[in-house]
Amino acid sequence: MVPPLFPSEDGMTAILRLDHLSKSFGAVTVADALSYEVAQGEALGVIGPNGAGKTSMFNLITGTFGPDNGRVFFDGKDITNMSAAKRSHAGIARSFQVPQPFSGMTVFENAMIAATQSAGLHGHEAERFCLEVLEQTELLPKANVLAGSLTLLERKRLEMTRALCAKPKLLLLDEIAGGLTEAECKFLVQTIKDIHASGVAIIWIEHVVHALMAVVDRLIVIDFGKKIAEGEPQKIMESPEVKEIYLGIEADA
Amino acid sequence: MDWVNAIVQGTLLGGLYALFAAGLSLIFGVMRLVNIAHGDLIVMAAYLGLTVTATVGLHPLAALAIVVPAMALIGYVLQRGLLNQTLGEDLLPPLLVTFGLSVILQNGLLEVYTADPQKMDAGALETASIAMGGLTLGVLPVLTFAIAVAVIWALQWTFYHTAVGRAFRAVSDNQDIAQLMGLNRRHVFGLAMALALGVTAIAGILLGIRTSFDPSIGGGRLIFGFEAVIIGGLGNLWGTLAGGVILGIAQTVGAKIDPGFQILAGHLAFLIILAIRPNGLFPRIAA
Repeated sequence: MVPPLFPSEDGMTAILRLDHLSKSFGAVTVADALSYEVAQGEALGVIGPNGAGKTSMFNLITGTFGPDNGRVFFDGKDITNMSAAKRSHAGIARSFQVPQPFSGMTVFENAMIAATQSAGLHGHEAERFCLEVLEQTELLPKANVLAGSLTLLERKRLEMTRALCAKPKLLLLDEIAGGLTEAECKFLVQTIKDIHASGVAIIWIEHVVHALMAVVDRLIVIDFGKKIAEGEPQKIMESPEVKEIYLGIEADA
Repeated sequence: MDWVNAIVQGTLLGGLYALFAAGLSLIFGVMRLVNIAHGDLIVMAAYLGLTVTATVGLHPLAALAIVVPAMALIGYVLQRGLLNQTLGEDLLPPLLVTFGLSVILQNGLLEVYTADPQKMDAGALETASIAMGGLTLGVLPVLTFAIAVAVIWALQWTFYHTAVGRAFRAVSDNQDIAQLMGLNRRHVFGLAMALALGVTAIAGILLGIRTSFDPSIGGGRLIFGFEAVIIGGLGNLWGTLAGGVILGIAQTVGAKIDPGFQILAGHLAFLIILAIRPNGLFPRIAA
């Protein structure tokens, strides 16, 4: 399935629509009239320099904090004032750049929280689903280990596992490839491709651009909370303003 | 033999203290709330039990069937209506609000039930005893201890083997992430307070059968509960039971040395343990 590159403005095909979102913390602007859409099943890549407001954009989508101005629409509904918990039930899941597991609970229990709360599964159905996802993310051998004792790679896989166990319609990935080896990164890209192929819409913030390019249908570039470019990934990467930012990213990576 | 007797009686008394402490420990564990009104809630449960036994004519233990759900409901409403609003980065607001709640409860109980000491009538249970290897054990203290063990076991099981327990632990671990996983922390906190006050109801009724009570004794029960939690180590329910037992033994052994020394001996044992092991005897091992 090839999703439309530029979904219609009426939002009919859009799973997510940001409408002129603005947010400042004092003098720091993290979102500046930010608008874009994500179509059902589309994979959107997001790049931009550090501090451009990419993670804040995710916080606005998941409801960690609300915008000063603008609206967020998900699945045809205005969710601007919806709580984070309700948005999770509605089908938004996220992984964190710095993995944040429930460290005092086992890997399996971490997965179960997402499956029973976000996805609303029960009993054996929830357990079976979690085991399936753990198998997919290759964490099954660690299912009964405390999440706090996992290695970085395993924690990243747990982030992914939890997000998948929530059965999301929209998956937000925040720099999930950072710090991984080439082989690990390949495995990750394949996993994300599989998720994408199953019809889940994805927004992926990533500095490891080759991983991003292997998956996404469309790319947007954010700087100072503003969308400065949007379009077909290859074209965007070759544009002069992105090259400039991208070089900046390489310098501090 | 007298000393053995003092230790055994102290152990059984520790069961009651563990019940005082269990709700306190649970609430602190899940939402980092130090509930200053906990002792007064125990006394309120005892008065509720008194009302139920007096009006319906039930045995105090049968009254548990009414008082436990009633206290659980009060807990949920109290948490959602009042205490959730006080929770945040700052630990001071919940302390102040529960302190205020404590004053209100004490005076409310005074208004409704007067300052006269009351006691629940549990009939033959109060004086029944069993002889065991030269010791005479009261049936009520033995029953109290057995209930304490059962309650701690049930709480432990709930925490580690049920969906709601998983929710408690997830929220305790990281509130923000739990929200993103679809857990409504306000509701989860409400459930935790309901469970805690359900346990408090059991503690209150057993207290009311064992000794006479009046509206002013909540503070003392709070202190015993606190001491049991701290001795055992925060976040460890079996440790809380051990803490209650140590406190109970210190008191009965103290009373054996000099009857006026009972309460002080308990506090001294607490201070000594706090000085040697500031994290308690069995702190939960950090992951």
